[in-house]
Amino acid sequence: MSEAWRRFVRNRGAVIGLVILTIVVLVATIGPLIFPASPWRMVQRPFLPPFTMDGLPLGTDAVGRDVLLGLIHGARISLLVGLVSTAVALLIGVPIGALAGYFGGWVDDVAMRFTEFFQTIPSFALAIVLLAIFQPSLFYIILTIAIVSWPPVARLVRGEVLSLRTREYVEAAILSGQGNLQIIVRQVLPNALPPIIVLASLMVATAILLESALSFLGLGDPNVMSWGYMIGAARTVLRTAWWLSFIPGIAILLTVLALNLIGEGLNDALNPRLSRPGE
Amino acid sequence: MIRFVLGRLVKAVVILVAVLVLNFTLIHAAPGDPAAVMAGEAGATDEKFLEDLRRQFGLDQPFHVQLWIYIKGAVQLDLGYSYRRGMPVAELIWDRLPATLLLTATAFVISIVFGVIAGVAAAARQGRWGDTIISTLALLFYATPLFWVALMAALLFSVVLGWLPGFGYETVGANYTGLARALDIGRHLILPATTLGLFFTAVYVRMTRASMLEVSRLDFVKTARAKGLKPGVIQRRHILRNALLPVITLAGLQAGQLVGGAVLTETVFAWPGIGRLMFEAIAQRDYNVLLGVFFVSAAMVLLFNLITDLVYVIVDPRIRMTE
Repeated sequence: MSEAWRRFVRNRGAVIGLVILTIVVLVATIGPLIFPASPWRMVQRPFLPPFTMDGLPLGTDAVGRDVLLGLIHGARISLLVGLVSTAVALLIGVPIGALAGYFGGWVDDVAMRFTEFFQTIPSFALAIVLLAIFQPSLFYIILTIAIVSWPPVARLVRGEVLSLRTREYVEAAILSGQGNLQIIVRQVLPNALPPIIVLASLMVATAILLESALSFLGLGDPNVMSWGYMIGAARTVLRTAWWLSFIPGIAILLTVLALNLIGEGLNDALNPRLSRPGE
Repeated sequence: MIRFVLGRLVKAVVILVAVLVLNFTLIHAAPGDPAAVMAGEAGATDEKFLEDLRRQFGLDQPFHVQLWIYIKGAVQLDLGYSYRRGMPVAELIWDRLPATLLLTATAFVISIVFGVIAGVAAAARQGRWGDTIISTLALLFYATPLFWVALMAALLFSVVLGWLPGFGYETVGANYTGLARALDIGRHLILPATTLGLFFTAVYVRMTRASMLEVSRLDFVKTARAKGLKPGVIQRRHILRNALLPVITLAGLQAGQLVGGAVLTETVFAWPGIGRLMFEAIAQRDYNVLLGVFFVSAAMVLLFNLITDLVYVIVDPRIRMTE
């Protein structure tokens, strides 16, 4: 593991990503404790530009809400949705991929046609339809993002399991009389973990983008402040108060960038045979 | 060739029927009365109206009969009625479809052309500043929210600089015809198509670069170099042709995301396509329109996939068209 960590920190981008993400995580966890006030509360006159008033460094939005407070509370929602929806997507994708790869035959056929179907249909349009019908709440947003993002997991896990199941230690486990489930969980999956971890870190980034896009369209949870909602609400005042759209966008960009950089760093660290040439 | 295309068409039809089954299931899984769901908020109060709907869709009949009625209707291009707009959904979509096809096809071409060119350029300069600039830009745009970059582009190029129109499909009231109209639409198309294509350009840059570098380390490339071929010829004939295969595969897979992304771009730029229609339907809770747009965009994705499959066959003659 220390070898992998050494390879990770040698990647400059990955370290930058880790620093940015650490800051975002700190803001998301500690921020709301330091600033417990509701981000929905009106605190000053509307359209106060940034850096014009003490105590309101980022100014106020179209209805006089504190922009900085919105960013802090939004960080929590973005990370929460990103992490939990990825976890749920793994819970759907890993079993489907593992069963398909391990058993092959008709199980594989059925599982892969199912996966292909979800990969072909336009996922963002499906997400919109699902949320519009089931009323947007944090629970349904997370579920929806998981439903549209599990197929790559299933394909990856299937491929890994397919190549691992013919290894000698798996055959040894079969001969020693272990059950199929036990072999999949104890022998095969642990060895398929590195690429799954890399994919998961990239999926958190995609999930955050997806959540912000849905909130932007007005399909966010109406009770929680999110970065996408802030941009969506400021869209109509773009001409007069461009910073209201600009600032939350930078927050999304930095967080997603950090996760992508970390994902690439993990890829280099955990799959050294795939790492870039010349290194 | 014909068998290959037929095989793909059959697969596409199966997927489309599956989408219809999914749509139908969603109407029934939704909280509340399916008739109220289909009527949207428009008919939720009128009991007689809901009663008519129930009879029309056979909602008093067994589940499989209802499903059959629904699929039969969709096959005859009956996607239901938008009670909000007082128009059949199919007609609404049909009016808006050309704008979306124009937008997504342009964005698709832009992203592949620029993505592959920039990816090849970056790979050729691996490790030098040209590569660093291209790779960094690709990394940035890969992490940028589509709707945000669209807003910022509208702000910069339309509001601040005034170079391009940031709103609509053509100049209202100008009544251009022929070439003048085409040019006018083209000017309106630039911002939406580029911003929609930007994310995918970044994807193709990264993919092309990685793929070019991987292929350039293979033995046959060394042979070509040893034969004394010019580097440019090796790049184009030997490396690029092989490096393109995974890019084309990816392009086919991403067509779905492109069509989905159109909802965001069309919303920002008031582009009168089915994406904008979908956005309006969200606020109005017009479920028939939402499901109809979902169905039609799935059909568009399948069309894009079929085209990329055919391109794949042309680029890689090894692929036998038997699948």
